[in-house]
Amino acid sequence: MNTKEFQNPKLIKKIVDRLKRNKRQISLMEVCGSHTMAIGKWGIRNLLPDNIKLISGPGCPVCVTPMSIIDASIDLKDVTIAIFGDLMRVPGEKGTLELARAKGLDVRIVYSPIDALKLAQEKETVFVGIGFETTIPGIAYTIREAYEKNIKNYSVLTSLKIVPPALELLASADDINLNGFILPGHVSVVTGANAYNFLPEKYNIGGIVTGFEPADILVSVDRLLQQVEKNEPKIENEYSRIVTPDGNKHAQKIMKEILEIDDGIWRGIGKIPKSELKIRKKYSNYDAAKKYNINIEYKEDKSGCQCGDVLKGNIIPPQCHLFEKVCTPSNPIGPCMVSSEGSCAAYYKYERKQ
Amino acid sequence: MCLAIPSKIVSINGKKGIVDMGGIKKEVGLDFIPEAKIGNWILLHTGFGLEIISEKDALETIEAINEAYHVMPDEY
Repeated sequence: MNTKEFQNPKLIKKIVDRLKRNKRQISLMEVCGSHTMAIGKWGIRNLLPDNIKLISGPGCPVCVTPMSIIDASIDLKDVTIAIFGDLMRVPGEKGTLELARAKGLDVRIVYSPIDALKLAQEKETVFVGIGFETTIPGIAYTIREAYEKNIKNYSVLTSLKIVPPALELLASADDINLNGFILPGHVSVVTGANAYNFLPEKYNIGGIVTGFEPADILVSVDRLLQQVEKNEPKIENEYSRIVTPDGNKHAQKIMKEILEIDDGIWRGIGKIPKSELKIRKKYSNYDAAKKYNINIEYKEDKSGCQCGDVLKGNIIPPQCHLFEKVCTPSNPIGPCMVSSEGSCAAYYKYERKQ
Repeated sequence: MCLAIPSKIVSINGKKGIVDMGGIKKEVGLDFIPEAKIGNWILLHTGFGLEIISEKDALETIEAINEAYHVMPDEY
Protein backbone atom coordinates (compact mmCIF):
# COMPACT_ATOMS: atom_id res chain seq x y z
CA MET A 1 0.00 0.00 0.00
CA ASN A 2 1.68 3.20 -1.13
CA THR A 3 1.16 6.24 1.06
CA LYS A 4 3.99 8.24 -0.45
CA GLU A 5 1.65 10.80 -1.92
CA PHE A 6 0.67 11.76 1.64
CA GLN A 7 4.33 12.75 2.12
CA ASN A 8 4.63 14.86 -1.06
CA PRO A 9 6.80 17.89 -0.08
CA LYS A 10 5.04 20.15 -2.64
CA LEU A 11 1.68 19.32 -1.08
CA ILE A 12 3.04 19.77 2.45
CA LYS A 13 4.40 23.22 1.52
CA LYS A 14 1.08 24.33 0.08
CA ILE A 15 -0.84 23.24 3.20
CA VAL A 16 1.71 24.95 5.46
CA ASP A 17 1.54 28.16 3.36
CA ARG A 18 -2.21 28.21 3.85
CA LEU A 19 -1.88 27.58 7.59
CA LYS A 20 0.58 30.47 7.89
CA ARG A 21 -2.06 32.89 6.62
CA ASN A 22 -4.08 32.24 9.77
CA LYS A 23 -3.24 34.66 12.60
CA ARG A 24 -5.66 33.31 15.21
CA GLN A 25 -4.32 31.71 18.41
CA ILE A 26 -5.30 28.04 18.23
CA SER A 27 -4.65 25.09 20.54
CA LEU A 28 -5.32 21.59 19.27
CA MET A 29 -4.82 18.36 21.17
CA GLU A 30 -3.88 14.96 19.83
CA VAL A 31 -4.86 12.00 21.99
CA CYS A 32 -2.95 9.21 20.33
CA GLY A 33 0.65 8.22 21.02
CA SER A 34 1.19 7.35 17.36
CA HIS A 35 0.14 10.90 16.43
CA THR A 36 2.53 12.28 19.06
CA MET A 37 5.34 10.31 17.44
CA ALA A 38 4.28 11.22 13.89
CA ILE A 39 4.15 14.94 14.77
CA GLY A 40 7.69 14.68 16.16
CA LYS A 41 9.01 12.47 13.38
CA TRP A 42 7.73 14.66 10.54
CA GLY A 43 8.76 17.89 12.31
CA ILE A 44 5.18 19.16 12.15
CA ARG A 45 5.51 21.53 15.12
CA ASN A 46 8.44 23.28 13.43
CA LEU A 47 6.44 23.70 10.23
CA LEU A 48 3.56 25.41 11.99
CA PRO A 49 3.42 29.13 12.81
CA ASP A 50 3.76 30.04 16.52
CA ASN A 51 0.07 30.83 16.87
CA ILE A 52 -0.92 27.19 16.20
CA LYS A 53 -0.14 25.02 19.21
CA LEU A 54 -0.29 21.23 19.16
CA ILE A 55 -0.66 19.72 22.62
CA SER A 56 -0.27 16.04 23.46
CA GLY A 57 -3.03 14.50 25.54
CA PRO A 58 -3.49 11.13 27.26
CA GLY A 59 -2.94 9.04 24.15
CA CYS A 60 -0.55 6.44 25.48
CA PRO A 61 -2.09 3.43 27.30
CA VAL A 62 1.18 2.56 29.02
CA CYS A 63 1.39 6.09 30.46
CA VAL A 64 -2.06 5.94 32.06
CA THR A 65 -1.77 2.40 33.46
CA PRO A 66 -1.97 2.74 37.27
CA MET A 67 1.14 2.05 39.35
CA SER A 68 -0.94 -0.52 41.27
CA ILE A 69 -0.97 -2.74 38.16
CA ILE A 70 2.85 -2.77 38.00
CA ASP A 71 3.20 -3.33 41.75
CA ALA A 72 0.59 -6.10 41.80
CA SER A 73 2.33 -7.83 38.87
CA ILE A 74 5.67 -7.68 40.68
CA ASP A 75 4.05 -9.29 43.73
CA LEU A 76 2.69 -12.28 41.80
CA LYS A 77 4.47 -15.51 42.65
CA ASP A 78 4.84 -18.83 40.82
CA VAL A 79 3.16 -17.65 37.63
CA THR A 80 4.28 -16.52 34.21
CA ILE A 81 3.59 -12.82 33.73
CA ALA A 82 2.99 -11.94 30.10
CA ILE A 83 3.22 -8.29 29.08
CA PHE A 84 3.46 -6.05 26.04
CA GLY A 85 7.09 -4.90 25.76
CA ASP A 86 6.30 -1.24 26.45
CA LEU A 87 5.37 -2.10 30.03
CA MET A 88 8.71 -3.67 30.94
CA ARG A 89 10.47 -0.53 32.17
CA VAL A 90 7.51 1.40 33.59
CA PRO A 91 8.18 2.12 37.26
CA GLY A 92 5.67 1.40 40.00
CA GLU A 93 6.36 2.01 43.68
CA LYS A 94 8.10 -1.37 43.83
CA GLY A 95 10.34 -0.80 40.83
CA THR A 96 9.93 -2.16 37.32
CA LEU A 97 9.05 -5.57 35.90
CA GLU A 98 12.46 -5.49 34.21
CA LEU A 99 14.19 -5.32 37.60
CA ALA A 100 11.83 -7.93 39.04
CA ARG A 101 12.70 -10.24 36.13
CA ALA A 102 16.40 -9.76 36.86
CA LYS A 103 15.61 -10.95 40.40
CA GLY A 104 13.94 -14.10 39.08
CA LEU A 105 10.30 -13.21 38.29
CA ASP A 106 9.09 -15.07 35.18
CA VAL A 107 8.19 -12.12 32.94
CA ARG A 108 7.70 -12.71 29.20
CA ILE A 109 7.12 -10.16 26.47
CA VAL A 110 4.39 -11.08 24.00
CA TYR A 111 3.45 -9.52 20.68
CA SER A 112 -0.17 -10.67 20.82
CA PRO A 113 -2.63 -11.65 23.59
CA ILE A 114 -2.87 -14.99 21.75
CA ASP A 115 0.80 -15.59 22.58
CA ALA A 116 -0.05 -15.03 26.26
CA LEU A 117 -2.84 -17.60 26.05
CA LYS A 118 -0.38 -20.06 24.47
CA LEU A 119 1.98 -19.59 27.45
CA ALA A 120 -0.83 -20.84 29.70
CA GLN A 121 -0.38 -24.28 28.10
CA GLU A 122 2.94 -24.52 29.94
CA LYS A 123 2.27 -22.78 33.24
CA GLU A 124 -0.24 -20.62 35.14
CA THR A 125 -0.12 -17.33 33.24
CA VAL A 126 -1.29 -13.82 34.04
CA PHE A 127 -1.47 -11.49 31.08
CA VAL A 128 -1.18 -7.82 32.04
CA GLY A 129 -3.77 -6.64 29.56
CA ILE A 130 -3.50 -2.91 28.98
CA GLY A 131 -4.73 -0.84 26.09
CA PHE A 132 -7.31 1.37 24.43
CA GLU A 133 -10.09 0.29 22.06
CA THR A 134 -7.56 -0.79 19.40
CA THR A 135 -6.11 -3.47 21.64
CA ILE A 136 -9.12 -4.43 23.79
CA PRO A 137 -10.95 -6.71 21.29
CA GLY A 138 -7.92 -9.02 20.98
CA ILE A 139 -7.63 -9.27 24.76
CA ALA A 140 -11.37 -9.99 25.07
CA TYR A 141 -10.94 -12.68 22.40
CA THR A 142 -8.42 -14.59 24.56
CA ILE A 143 -10.79 -14.50 27.56
CA ARG A 144 -13.58 -15.97 25.45
CA GLU A 145 -11.22 -18.60 24.04
CA ALA A 146 -10.08 -19.58 27.55
CA TYR A 147 -13.71 -19.79 28.70
CA GLU A 148 -14.89 -21.84 25.72
CA LYS A 149 -11.92 -24.21 25.81
CA ASN A 150 -11.99 -24.40 29.61
CA ILE A 151 -8.37 -23.28 29.94
CA LYS A 152 -8.09 -22.76 33.68
CA ASN A 153 -4.59 -21.40 34.18
CA TYR A 154 -5.01 -18.15 32.27
CA SER A 155 -6.18 -14.82 33.64
CA VAL A 156 -5.88 -11.16 32.69
CA LEU A 157 -4.93 -8.27 34.96
CA THR A 158 -6.74 -5.51 33.12
CA SER A 159 -6.23 -1.81 32.64
CA LEU A 160 -8.46 -1.35 29.60
CA LYS A 161 -9.24 2.30 29.00
CA ILE A 162 -11.72 3.84 26.61
CA VAL A 163 -10.93 7.16 24.99
CA PRO A 164 -14.24 9.12 24.76
CA PRO A 165 -14.63 9.64 28.57
CA ALA A 166 -11.07 11.04 28.74
CA LEU A 167 -11.95 13.44 25.91
CA GLU A 168 -15.06 14.44 27.84
CA LEU A 169 -12.94 15.22 30.91
CA LEU A 170 -10.60 17.38 28.82
CA ALA A 171 -13.41 19.09 26.92
CA SER A 172 -15.16 20.04 30.16
CA ALA A 173 -12.00 21.22 31.99
CA ASP A 174 -11.94 24.93 32.81
CA ASP A 175 -8.17 25.24 32.82
CA ILE A 176 -7.43 23.97 29.32
CA ASN A 177 -8.47 26.09 26.38
CA LEU A 178 -8.75 23.70 23.49
CA ASN A 179 -10.08 24.60 20.05
CA GLY A 180 -10.28 21.08 18.71
CA PHE A 181 -9.11 17.48 18.87
CA ILE A 182 -6.95 15.54 16.42
CA LEU A 183 -8.77 12.26 17.05
CA PRO A 184 -6.98 8.89 17.17
CA GLY A 185 -6.76 6.92 13.94
CA HIS A 186 -6.61 3.34 15.14
CA VAL A 187 -8.81 3.63 18.24
CA SER A 188 -11.43 4.99 15.84
CA VAL A 189 -11.14 1.92 13.60
CA VAL A 190 -12.94 0.10 16.41
CA THR A 191 -15.16 2.90 17.82
CA GLY A 192 -16.06 4.59 14.53
CA ALA A 193 -15.96 8.36 13.99
CA ASN A 194 -19.49 8.78 15.33
CA ALA A 195 -18.27 7.89 18.85
CA TYR A 196 -17.11 11.51 19.20
CA ASN A 197 -20.32 13.27 18.19
CA PHE A 198 -20.88 14.32 21.82
CA LEU A 199 -17.93 16.73 21.56
CA PRO A 200 -19.62 19.30 19.29
CA GLU A 201 -23.11 18.50 20.57
CA LYS A 202 -22.35 18.83 24.28
CA TYR A 203 -19.14 20.86 24.49
CA ASN A 204 -19.14 22.92 21.30
CA ILE A 205 -15.72 21.59 20.34
CA GLY A 206 -14.85 19.82 17.09
CA GLY A 207 -12.50 17.04 16.13
CA ILE A 208 -11.16 15.16 13.16
CA VAL A 209 -10.19 11.50 12.93
CA THR A 210 -6.74 11.62 11.37
CA GLY A 211 -4.21 9.38 9.68
CA PHE A 212 -0.49 9.30 10.43
CA GLU A 213 1.18 10.73 7.33
CA PRO A 214 2.31 14.39 7.36
CA ALA A 215 -0.39 15.46 4.89
CA ASP A 216 -3.03 13.72 7.03
CA ILE A 217 -2.03 15.68 10.13
CA LEU A 218 -1.57 19.05 8.42
CA VAL A 219 -4.85 18.79 6.51
CA SER A 220 -6.58 18.00 9.79
CA VAL A 221 -5.05 21.05 11.44
CA ASP A 222 -6.29 23.16 8.51
CA ARG A 223 -9.81 21.71 8.70
CA LEU A 224 -9.98 22.31 12.45
CA LEU A 225 -8.90 25.92 11.79
CA GLN A 226 -11.73 26.25 9.33
CA GLN A 227 -14.17 24.88 11.91
CA VAL A 228 -12.99 27.48 14.43
CA GLU A 229 -13.12 30.33 11.90
CA LYS A 230 -16.67 29.46 10.89
CA ASN A 231 -17.64 28.61 14.48
CA GLU A 232 -18.97 25.30 13.19
CA PRO A 233 -17.57 22.57 15.45
CA LYS A 234 -18.18 19.09 14.08
CA ILE A 235 -16.63 15.64 13.84
CA GLU A 236 -14.87 14.97 10.54
CA ASN A 237 -13.13 11.86 9.28
CA GLU A 238 -9.93 12.49 7.34
CA TYR A 239 -8.87 8.82 7.72
CA SER A 240 -11.79 7.34 5.82
CA ARG A 241 -9.48 4.90 4.04
CA ILE A 242 -9.59 2.89 7.26
CA VAL A 243 -12.09 4.43 9.69
CA THR A 244 -15.85 4.10 9.13
CA PRO A 245 -18.62 6.13 10.80
CA ASP A 246 -19.74 3.22 13.02
CA GLY A 247 -16.48 1.31 13.52
CA ASN A 248 -15.86 -2.41 13.60
CA LYS A 249 -19.07 -4.12 14.76
CA HIS A 250 -17.39 -7.51 15.30
CA ALA A 251 -14.76 -5.98 17.58
CA GLN A 252 -17.41 -3.98 19.45
CA LYS A 253 -19.51 -7.11 19.92
CA ILE A 254 -16.78 -9.13 21.62
CA MET A 255 -15.90 -6.17 23.85
CA LYS A 256 -19.53 -5.92 25.03
CA GLU A 257 -19.83 -9.67 25.45
CA ILE A 258 -16.79 -10.08 27.71
CA LEU A 259 -16.42 -6.66 29.35
CA GLU A 260 -18.52 -4.02 31.06
CA ILE A 261 -18.05 -0.32 31.71
CA ASP A 262 -16.80 0.85 35.11
CA ASP A 263 -14.96 3.84 36.55
CA GLY A 264 -11.27 3.82 35.70
CA ILE A 265 -8.08 4.94 37.40
CA TRP A 266 -5.71 6.74 35.05
CA ARG A 267 -2.13 7.22 36.19
CA GLY A 268 -1.32 10.89 36.66
CA ILE A 269 -4.96 11.88 36.22
CA GLY A 270 -7.03 9.97 38.81
CA LYS A 271 -10.48 8.49 38.52
CA ILE A 272 -12.41 9.10 35.31
CA PRO A 273 -16.06 8.00 35.49
CA LYS A 274 -17.07 5.18 33.16
CA SER A 275 -13.70 5.15 31.40
CA GLU A 276 -12.63 1.55 31.88
CA LEU A 277 -13.75 -1.88 30.75
CA LYS A 278 -13.66 -4.64 33.33
CA ILE A 279 -14.25 -8.37 32.95
CA ARG A 280 -17.91 -9.41 33.37
CA LYS A 281 -18.93 -11.66 36.26
CA LYS A 282 -19.57 -14.57 33.90
CA TYR A 283 -15.86 -14.61 33.04
CA SER A 284 -14.54 -13.75 36.54
CA ASN A 285 -12.42 -16.92 36.65
CA TYR A 286 -10.24 -15.15 34.07
CA ASP A 287 -10.04 -11.89 36.00
CA ALA A 288 -6.62 -11.83 37.70
CA ALA A 289 -7.76 -9.06 40.07
CA LYS A 290 -10.39 -11.48 41.46
CA LYS A 291 -8.25 -14.62 41.19
CA TYR A 292 -5.35 -13.08 43.15
CA ASN A 293 -7.37 -10.63 45.27
CA ILE A 294 -5.70 -7.54 43.76
CA ASN A 295 -7.01 -4.10 44.60
CA ILE A 296 -6.28 -1.43 41.99
CA GLU A 297 -6.05 1.99 43.59
CA TYR A 298 -4.70 5.40 42.69
CA LYS A 299 -1.18 6.14 43.92
CA GLU A 300 0.44 9.55 43.85
CA ASP A 301 3.74 9.56 42.01
CA LYS A 302 6.32 10.62 44.61
CA SER A 303 9.25 10.83 42.18
CA GLY A 304 8.47 14.39 41.15
CA CYS A 305 7.46 13.17 37.69
CA GLN A 306 4.92 15.52 36.10
CA CYS A 307 3.59 13.02 33.59
CA GLY A 308 0.05 13.74 34.83
CA ASP A 309 0.34 17.41 33.91
CA VAL A 310 1.79 16.45 30.52
CA LEU A 311 -1.09 14.05 29.87
CA LYS A 312 -3.66 16.71 30.71
CA GLY A 313 -1.93 19.23 28.45
CA ASN A 314 -1.09 21.55 31.37
CA ILE A 315 2.62 21.54 30.52
CA ILE A 316 4.80 20.35 27.65
CA PRO A 317 7.57 17.85 28.49
CA PRO A 318 10.50 20.34 28.56
CA GLN A 319 8.62 22.26 31.28
CA CYS A 320 8.95 19.29 33.66
CA HIS A 321 11.92 19.93 35.96
CA LEU A 322 13.12 16.33 35.53
CA PHE A 323 13.02 16.29 31.70
CA GLU A 324 16.42 15.68 30.14
CA LYS A 325 18.22 16.49 33.41
CA VAL A 326 17.54 13.25 35.24
CA CYS A 327 14.71 11.73 33.19
CA THR A 328 15.90 10.33 29.86
CA PRO A 329 14.95 7.28 27.79
CA SER A 330 17.88 5.35 29.31
CA ASN A 331 16.89 6.45 32.83
CA PRO A 332 13.14 7.09 32.68
CA ILE A 333 11.56 8.40 35.87
CA GLY A 334 7.97 8.30 34.64
CA PRO A 335 5.87 6.42 32.10
CA CYS A 336 5.74 9.24 29.52
CA MET A 337 9.49 8.79 29.04
CA VAL A 338 9.38 4.98 29.14
CA SER A 339 6.84 4.29 26.47
CA SER A 340 8.13 4.70 22.94
CA GLU A 341 4.91 6.62 22.26
CA GLY A 342 4.96 8.73 25.42
CA SER A 343 5.00 12.50 24.98
CA CYS A 344 8.29 12.91 26.86
CA ALA A 345 9.98 10.18 24.80
CA ALA A 346 8.72 11.85 21.60
CA TYR A 347 9.99 15.27 22.67
CA TYR A 348 13.32 13.77 23.76
CA LYS A 349 13.81 11.96 20.49
CA TYR A 350 12.65 14.60 18.03
CA GLU A 351 12.26 18.03 19.57
CA ARG A 352 15.12 18.64 21.98
CA LYS A 353 17.07 21.82 21.45
CA GLN A 354 20.60 20.58 20.77
CA MET B 1 0.84 1.31 21.47
CA CYS B 2 -2.09 1.53 19.12
CA LEU B 3 0.35 1.30 16.23
CA ALA B 4 -1.19 -0.84 13.52
CA ILE B 5 0.53 -2.03 10.40
CA PRO B 6 -0.91 -2.43 6.90
CA SER B 7 -0.35 -6.00 5.69
CA LYS B 8 -1.53 -8.02 2.69
CA ILE B 9 -3.44 -11.27 3.11
CA VAL B 10 -1.81 -14.07 1.11
CA SER B 11 -3.90 -17.01 2.33
CA ILE B 12 -6.94 -17.76 4.48
CA ASN B 13 -7.83 -20.87 6.45
CA GLY B 14 -11.10 -20.44 8.37
CA LYS B 15 -10.76 -17.51 10.77
CA LYS B 16 -6.99 -17.42 10.43
CA GLY B 17 -5.05 -15.77 7.67
CA ILE B 18 -1.43 -15.46 6.64
CA VAL B 19 -0.21 -11.95 5.92
CA ASP B 20 2.90 -10.75 4.18
CA MET B 21 4.66 -8.02 6.15
CA GLY B 22 7.47 -6.90 3.90
CA GLY B 23 8.51 -10.46 3.15
CA ILE B 24 7.75 -11.92 6.59
CA LYS B 25 4.77 -14.27 6.73
CA LYS B 26 2.66 -14.18 9.88
CA GLU B 27 -0.53 -15.86 11.05
CA VAL B 28 -3.24 -13.41 12.09
CA GLY B 29 -6.78 -13.65 13.46
CA LEU B 30 -9.52 -12.58 11.05
CA ASP B 31 -12.33 -12.86 13.62
CA PHE B 32 -13.07 -9.11 13.47
CA ILE B 33 -12.96 -8.93 9.66
CA PRO B 34 -14.70 -12.14 8.49
CA GLU B 35 -15.36 -10.54 5.10
CA ALA B 36 -11.61 -10.27 4.35
CA LYS B 37 -10.37 -11.91 1.15
CA ILE B 38 -7.00 -12.99 -0.18
CA GLY B 39 -5.27 -9.96 -1.66
CA ASN B 40 -6.92 -7.47 0.72
CA TRP B 41 -4.72 -5.01 2.57
CA ILE B 42 -5.66 -5.09 6.23
CA LEU B 43 -4.76 -3.10 9.31
CA LEU B 44 -2.97 -5.44 11.70
CA HIS B 45 -2.70 -4.91 15.45
CA THR B 46 -1.38 -7.37 18.08
CA GLY B 47 -2.06 -10.36 15.85
CA PHE B 48 -5.57 -9.42 14.74
CA GLY B 49 -6.85 -7.86 11.54
CA LEU B 50 -8.86 -4.80 12.59
CA GLU B 51 -10.09 -3.44 9.28
CA ILE B 52 -9.79 -3.85 5.55
CA ILE B 53 -8.02 -0.85 4.08
CA SER B 54 -9.87 0.76 1.23
CA GLU B 55 -7.41 1.53 -1.57
CA LYS B 56 -10.22 3.35 -3.35
CA ASP B 57 -10.77 5.63 -0.32
CA ALA B 58 -7.01 6.19 0.00
CA LEU B 59 -6.84 7.34 -3.63
CA GLU B 60 -9.95 9.48 -3.31
CA THR B 61 -8.62 11.12 -0.13
CA ILE B 62 -5.29 12.09 -1.67
CA GLU B 63 -7.00 13.26 -4.88
CA ALA B 64 -9.34 15.46 -2.83
CA ILE B 65 -6.43 16.85 -0.80
CA ASN B 66 -4.34 17.54 -3.91
CA GLU B 67 -7.31 19.30 -5.49
CA ALA B 68 -8.02 21.38 -2.36
CA TYR B 69 -4.42 22.61 -2.22
CA HIS B 70 -3.96 22.92 -5.98
CA VAL B 71 -1.31 20.24 -6.33
CA MET B 72 -1.11 18.55 -9.73
CA PRO B 73 -1.08 14.71 -9.57
CA ASP B 74 2.47 14.46 -10.91
CA GLU B 75 3.84 17.46 -8.99
CA TYR B 76 6.62 16.25 -6.67
